Amino acid sequence: MQSRSDYFVPDGSYWPILGSIGMAALLGGFAASLHDSLVGTISMILGFGIIIFMLFGWIGQVINESETGTYNLQVDKSFRIGMGWFIFSEVMFFAAFFGALFYARQLSVPWLAGEGNNFWTGENLWPEFKSVWPLIKMPDTTNFTVPKGIIEAWEIPAINTLTLLTSGATLTYAHWSLMDENRSGLIGGLIATIILGVIFLGLQAFEYIEAYQHLDLKLTSGIYGSTFFMLTGFHGLHVTLGTIMLIVILMRAIRGHFKKDRHFGFEAVAWYWHFVDVVWLGLFIVVYWL
Amino acid sequence: MSTTTTDLQDEIDTHASHDDHHHGPEKGLMRWVKTTNHKDIGTLYIWFAFTMLLIGGAMAMYIRAELFQPGMQFFDPQFFNQMTTLHGLIMVFGAIMPAFVGLANWQIPLMIGAKDMALPRMNNWSFWILPFAGAMLLSTLFMEGGAPAFGWTFYAPLSTTFAPDSTDFFIFAIHMLGFSSIMGAINVIATIMNMRAPDMKLMDMPLFVWTWFITAFLLIAAMPVLAGAVTMMLTDRNFGTSFFDAAGGGDPVMFQHIFWFFGHPEVYIMILPAFGIVSQIIPTFARKPLFGYSSMVYATASIALLSFVVWGHHMFLAGMPIGGQLYFMYATILISVPTGVKVFNWITTMWRGSMSFETPMLWAVAFVILFTIGGFSGLMLGIAPADIQYQDTYFVVAHFHYVLVTGALFSIIAAVFYWLPKWCGRMYNEKLAKVHFWWAVISVNVLFFPQHFLGLAGMPRRIPDYSLQFADFNMISSIGGFAFGASFILLTYIIVDCIRNGKPVNGRVWESAKGLEWSVDSPAPYHTFDTPPTRKQILEETSHIGH
Amino acid sequence: MLGKRFSPRLSFITHLKKNLAFVRIILLSSLLTPQFVQAEYGLNLPEGVTSISRDIYSLHMLIFWVCVGIAILVFGVMIWSMIFHRKSRGAVASNFHESTAVELVWTLVPLAVLIAIAFPATKVLIDLENTEKADMTVKITGYQWKWQYEYLDEGVSFFSSLDQASKDATRDIVARDKHPNYLLDVDNRLVLPTGKRIRFLMTSNDVIHSWWVRDLGVKQDANPGFINDSWAKIDEIGVYRGQCTELCGKDHGFMPIVVEAKSEADYKTWIAEQKEKQKAAAAAGDREWTKEELMAQGQKVYSGSCASCHGVTGQGIPGVFPAITGSPIASGDVKTHINIVLNGKAGTAMQAFGKQLSDSDLAAIITYERNALGNSAGDIVQPSTIKSAR
Ligand code: HEA
Ligand code: HEA
Ligand code: HEC
Ligand code: CUA
Ligand SMILES: [Cu+2]
Repeated sequence: MQSRSDYFVPDGSYWPILGSIGMAALLGGFAASLHDSLVGTISMILGFGIIIFMLFGWIGQVINESETGTYNLQVDKSFRIGMGWFIFSEVMFFAAFFGALFYARQLSVPWLAGEGNNFWTGENLWPEFKSVWPLIKMPDTTNFTVPKGIIEAWEIPAINTLTLLTSGATLTYAHWSLMDENRSGLIGGLIATIILGVIFLGLQAFEYIEAYQHLDLKLTSGIYGSTFFMLTGFHGLHVTLGTIMLIVILMRAIRGHFKKDRHFGFEAVAWYWHFVDVVWLGLFIVVYWL
Repeated sequence: MSTTTTDLQDEIDTHASHDDHHHGPEKGLMRWVKTTNHKDIGTLYIWFAFTMLLIGGAMAMYIRAELFQPGMQFFDPQFFNQMTTLHGLIMVFGAIMPAFVGLANWQIPLMIGAKDMALPRMNNWSFWILPFAGAMLLSTLFMEGGAPAFGWTFYAPLSTTFAPDSTDFFIFAIHMLGFSSIMGAINVIATIMNMRAPDMKLMDMPLFVWTWFITAFLLIAAMPVLAGAVTMMLTDRNFGTSFFDAAGGGDPVMFQHIFWFFGHPEVYIMILPAFGIVSQIIPTFARKPLFGYSSMVYATASIALLSFVVWGHHMFLAGMPIGGQLYFMYATILISVPTGVKVFNWITTMWRGSMSFETPMLWAVAFVILFTIGGFSGLMLGIAPADIQYQDTYFVVAHFHYVLVTGALFSIIAAVFYWLPKWCGRMYNEKLAKVHFWWAVISVNVLFFPQHFLGLAGMPRRIPDYSLQFADFNMISSIGGFAFGASFILLTYIIVDCIRNGKPVNGRVWESAKGLEWSVDSPAPYHTFDTPPTRKQILEETSHIGH
Repeated sequence: MLGKRFSPRLSFITHLKKNLAFVRIILLSSLLTPQFVQAEYGLNLPEGVTSISRDIYSLHMLIFWVCVGIAILVFGVMIWSMIFHRKSRGAVASNFHESTAVELVWTLVPLAVLIAIAFPATKVLIDLENTEKADMTVKITGYQWKWQYEYLDEGVSFFSSLDQASKDATRDIVARDKHPNYLLDVDNRLVLPTGKRIRFLMTSNDVIHSWWVRDLGVKQDANPGFINDSWAKIDEIGVYRGQCTELCGKDHGFMPIVVEAKSEADYKTWIAEQKEKQKAAAAAGDREWTKEELMAQGQKVYSGSCASCHGVTGQGIPGVFPAITGSPIASGDVKTHINIVLNGKAGTAMQAFGKQLSDSDLAAIITYERNALGNSAGDIVQPSTIKSAR
């Protein structure tokens, strides 16, 4: 057994400071570009580039250290704890948006129509307004787009649910194959998962185009549009990131990385993917279905 | 046992895997930029926090100068609001939180016999995001329309529809600060769970470690919610969503719910580590084990859990249905019970001890008394119908400065005096430090106590000018404020003097101090606990916990 | 007695006026005199003049004394041990560190204390949240930075903002000391009858404000798009002052509230007067105005309604409020100008003044903006133009 004093403490590194510079350039640039600053846009693109470079460099170094056996099991455990709690923080981020959806449906929309302790709100301010969900007609439509319809749960979203659930299964298959030392099963499973992820994203993009072009359902469609697009949009972003991470894992698998009993990189991505899966289930139920 | 390494293994260890990690720090500036050493990073955090404390404090000095007498003295009301907002934000996110993370970085590995933090490179990143985020926040001051002027609570729609363009920079600064905090918290959790000396059980851990452990969970659960809130702000401002706009079916009060779901845990994030610090210091100088170690742990955990279900007490007047108000009132005042347990435990620890009052102890004692006063006013605020007369007055300002300044900040000062000799191997000037203590503790009360009266007399908070009957107390408060501000000049001198000219100290700086951190040399070597401490050593060093 | 609860200490102020403000430090010595504890210094909440405010006051005193009691106990023990159990006195440390019984006691006793406080608190809360069975309803709308009061049963409505004398005194210490209600006075008071159960409906036109009059025991947030309610039954005739208590932007500190409680008869007379006044104001718009009249009236209304954002000299605040001086709108097409003042601009702080001001005032302001503040468009706008533009 490896001694605990073997815990790997890396040497000083330039990657973090580069990451911070990239982050500041990206976000500061974004903020400036929101107010029509060309310099802002340039800085944003530059920052994005720096971050991508940093991620490649940093993660590349970690992969290298991992493959050369620098990490003992204790380091591995630190990574697990880190990834686990990082995913928990993501859960809480989504919780804020789910909370907003819950609040709008259960509280603010009924209140605007005069329910609860808001009799006068409905009576005096919004006499015309009716509380329904999905909320098509907002209390005051001047600044908002009134949608013609909404996305039905049992069409694309249902297919997408199936897609993601299947992708969870193929990823688990890849994992089992890895542990059985069945490399082609591992690679096949990963490829299937990536394909399913891409299909999901394609369908999601199609659905957005539908919504924007035919249904007039937009980010600006009042609280319904806001919660709909922010929740599905952030989820989609996570699927995108997850897919990219899966591709990285696939490449590593093809190069022969990961051992039967040591494959934290794989597992981290798998956890992430399952987390994205679970979030989707929540979305499907409360955003599309109910 | 994993700790018994043979000579041969030792030899292999030194030569093979980590031979190259045993060198000392790198030279020059790049040491600090690249460092993965928990002590370096702790130092960086603490100096950053101190700088921000001075900047945030300078803004407070402006606030007190403007409020010195009625009338508009210096700039315009808009600028005053910017100062109030930035003062609150910088103190909370720039001074208090980074200071605690810095203390965690320095102390937690030392206190649990770990070699370093669990994820050292990420640790570096957590820190190095901060200066950029802080700079982004401060840069808003120089933008057209000025810095954010909507209070540190940035209620919509003042912060969305009615705010200047610089607000988007503020939003991203908050995102970055949040990202840094989350990474820092993950690191603390991984360190405590995974890097503890193999023979140290959870219930052997010093309370500072325990309180930080629980705080880290609070951070991971609360900060992402803040990120969600500012993200919704961003889209409401720029992309036409209507989370906080009634016209589209949203609700400005929804912002408050989301903010305070973060915000209330946040205030405990700023006090739980303080509880830990005081629980380290009092046993040392009472020369007596901490009373009720395990109930301290459970009380901390209960406070943390309760902190997630009381947020509505900031919103009693926002139009909550009566059921909500009653619930939040009951839940809020319930927090007094576990907090009381802590106060009683400290006092019982002092009871029949053999006390001496070196500077860290003075600060700890002041903490217990003054924090409790702040807690009492908190309890009063928690009574929903009474809060009608208190909310958004200086009574609230008095409350939170008692818990934040004489609570959180005092504990940080106590911690610095307690551990500084360990960090730099030198003793501070005890006489000067005592002078500084009395100067600060008197002036801080002159500063904040009259604010209770101002609030009850009807002075709203966040106003740059007031009617004449508030003049006397404001003047007293300002005088206290200037005196308290000046005390920081002395503090700076004491610290610099200690680092430069202090008398060298030995490992166990305080003769009765227990804890693994005292078992290493002073100054603590660059690398400590390459071999974890033994069970015997751990038991010896945790005897102050009392079991 | 007007304003007895807010009477400032004029005597001191007049002694120490002029710019040497630091001289006031001498006032510190006055802290030691018995006067200090007198109510007019405002060390404590006043009892107020409604049942709610008195209930809150008793509750406040109850919790206060509970806290004082616990504090004496806790700090007493602590100080005792700091004096007697110190090393320098030769105290030897004992080694006890646990006692489940003691822990239990100091968990349960505070719990019991809290439960005892919770009962009266619940009662008061239920009472003050019950806004049913009101005799009359006043709708209060917050604006940046003024209040609108609408007597829903009477059809009377008006705006109320900081009085001009206070505005003039913010940078003038002499004027300040001469103004007994500096920053707590308004141009139009909210007049209410005593002995009636009055329901207040609070809402806002822009950001969140909060309407607070301490003596009535009423404080409630005014949220845009929602209505919160609250109530009061005033027992005593008098003038009660308060302020906006939710940060609402630049002039948050300058939007006071003055409630004048009158006997029912006086209140009725006052309502009748208001109705007359509203008719007269409408009539003023039916005639032609001269340029001089318009400019004079315009300057007055501009400094009352517009200067808080666009500045007394029209300079605005860059990045927040645009300047009127040199504004393309204020010197360009008059229709656009009328439009923005009448209808405001949704999603910005620029309010729709069409709902707030009469035709003649609007005509006057627009004329003023076009021909003063560094602009010289030359044209004038008549009330009749505004009327047709509405
Ligand atoms: C470190 C930070 C900190 C801490 C620890 C606390 C602790 C508490 N706070 Fe405070 N609070 C703030 C920071 C903090 N607060 C801030 C920053 C704000 C303002 C935010 C803003 O609007 O800008 C605020 C505002 C605030 C409000 C809103 C006021 C308003 O806007 O109207 C309320 C209302 O309930 C409240 C309550 C409490 C309570 C009940 C506690 C309790 O935890 C206190 C418990 C402690 C004790 C009670 C003392 C010790 C106990 C005993 C000795 C036992 C026996 C006692 C009894 C049984 C009474 N706080
Ligand atoms: C977290 C910690 C924290 C700390 C430590 C402080 C410290 C202080 N605070 Fe702060 N305060 C808040 C948190 C804090 N505050 C928050 C959250 C708010 C609410 C904001 C809001 O409403 O949105 C607030 C609001 C607030 C107000 C109310 C403003 C208003 O409502 O308009 C006031 C007024 O007196 C005040 C005063 C002070 C003073 C005098 C100090 C003193 O303790 C400061 C001591 C001084 C120093 C530490 C500086 C010393 C420096 C020098 C001597 C010179 C250095 C020179 C240079 C750098 C050039 N604070
Ligand atoms: C609470 C703040 C506020 C008050 C009070 C206010 N305005 Fe404005 N005003 C604004 C803002 C903000 C804008 C910019 C709107 C935009 O983004 O186009 C504006 C724009 C204008 C413009 C157009 C200027 C330009 O060049 O774009 C005119 C004219 C104007 N206001 C006139 C008035 C008049 C007349 C009054 C008083 C009766 C008044 N305003 C009161 C905030 C205010
Ligand atoms: Cu209106 Cu503050
Ligand atoms: Cu709170």
